[in-house]
Amino acid sequence: MTSAAPQRSEAPQTRAAPLLVVDAITKKFDTPEGTMTAVEHMSFDVAPGEFLAVIGPSGCGKSTLFNIIGGLLDGYEGRVAVAGETVNGPHQSIGMVFQEESTFPWRTVTENVAFPLEIAGQPKAQRTERAKHFIDLVGLRGFENRYPAELSGGMRQRVAIARTLASEPKILLMDEPFGALDEQTRLLLGDKVLQIQDQLKQTCLLITHNITEAVQLADRVLVMTYRPGKLKRMVPIELPRPRSSEIVSSDAFGHYVAQIWGDLREEASRGMRDDEAHMLHEHKP
Amino acid sequence: MNARAKRSLVPFALGLGTLFSAVFLAEILIRAGLVNRFIVPMPSQIAGAFHRVITEEDILHRFVVTARESLWATLMLAVFGIGLGVLLYRVRLLRDATETWVAALASAPTVLMYPLFLVIFGRSERTIIMMGFVAGLPAVILKTIEGLVGTRRVLVNVGRSFKLSELQLFWKIYFPAALPTIFVGMRLGMIFALINIVGVEFLINFGGLGQLINDLAERYDLPGTYAAICFVILVSVLFFFLTDRLEKWLRPAD
Repeated sequence: MTSAAPQRSEAPQTRAAPLLVVDAITKKFDTPEGTMTAVEHMSFDVAPGEFLAVIGPSGCGKSTLFNIIGGLLDGYEGRVAVAGETVNGPHQSIGMVFQEESTFPWRTVTENVAFPLEIAGQPKAQRTERAKHFIDLVGLRGFENRYPAELSGGMRQRVAIARTLASEPKILLMDEPFGALDEQTRLLLGDKVLQIQDQLKQTCLLITHNITEAVQLADRVLVMTYRPGKLKRMVPIELPRPRSSEIVSSDAFGHYVAQIWGDLREEASRGMRDDEAHMLHEHKP
Repeated sequence: MNARAKRSLVPFALGLGTLFSAVFLAEILIRAGLVNRFIVPMPSQIAGAFHRVITEEDILHRFVVTARESLWATLMLAVFGIGLGVLLYRVRLLRDATETWVAALASAPTVLMYPLFLVIFGRSERTIIMMGFVAGLPAVILKTIEGLVGTRRVLVNVGRSFKLSELQLFWKIYFPAALPTIFVGMRLGMIFALINIVGVEFLINFGGLGQLINDLAERYDLPGTYAAICFVILVSVLFFFLTDRLEKWLRPAD
């Protein structure tokens, strides 16, 4: 294991005015068993150029939070604001990358990436040229005319990221974008995201349940409690930048992973017990 | 020859080989007296009848008439069938109220309604086209609904995240996502339409191939009857080929 003491990262030290503000969000769902609070009084902010990872056990309301920030879910208490503007519904400043495979199978890589530009009414030649830039950025040059079915899962997810970046959002909001991929691909794609973030100075908010991924990528990691999802702890990751997946072998990295797992373990156990109790109740003879 | 061409040639050759084998087997069974030749003519007799039905029975004109009727029925299925499917998908109440009835209509022997259509449209091509259209309609409606309902939620969310309008969501996401299933519906609809078109031509003794089959059967010209049936199959093959091309043009990735 490479020895590296925790150092201060190059992320904003004196925090600038936040670009994204999540203020006292509470979301409840009506279920057959009664009202279920998915997220409770969740507040945090993200500075311009910052990378924040939100981590929590399964069922803690991470995806609910993703959908609320992305404007896909309404009927919640609290406020989400981007650069001071309250978000009501999908917002052009927020670009979303989804957990599930979300490329359009009937479009080529270029057509997929150019999709937001097409919606914006850009002429074909111009949007194709612009799409090429983002295809290059995610390292898919040479695959412009391929269809998603002809690509691997990791490549398809890179197409989805390039498509979102093509809309030039102020905030890149990602919901476990590498969740369906194997560990090696996940680490390598993490490198790609770091490169892109470094190049574009992109503000990123990553929702994940993967501790390694969160520590590898983020400036801060927000740990959520199990249902209802609340802020348990904010962990600043003071690892040097630029980073790459090689950092996972450092002592400092291990220290952060252990620290976050310490917080998460109790929540994950609670989630598991809850699931088991639920299954016992469901399958009662 | 490239690998792709080879891949498509093998199934084609296999299909053709199977067809010729079946024809050859039928010839042997009939010649051996195991199948009554007064009910099923020998394939060689049918092949011999082709020249006669082409020159004496004006079958090419009849082929065009049946193909034209089928084309009209198909166009109506595309416009009204897909349109109604979209409407029922969009208006949930309407879908819940009518979907079972549409499904029931799919299994109803609508060809038996031809006297009613004769009263409404007269003994004309319009009756035949409408009978074909009615027969194919439920399949197109149901498959259109199925395709739209089956559109993956994440694709719709991608569209919503890019702030697409409802119309853009439909044309840019729902419709292309549902297209393969809609085409399955169109193909099924065309099969039912063609069966009804030829059936009604036969029943009312009017129009294209169905009328000719009726005439030849009345004359007990079995080889000629079967040769005419081959032309019905040809209409079907032609329409399948055209829809296949259209689908490949609309969804080249598939």
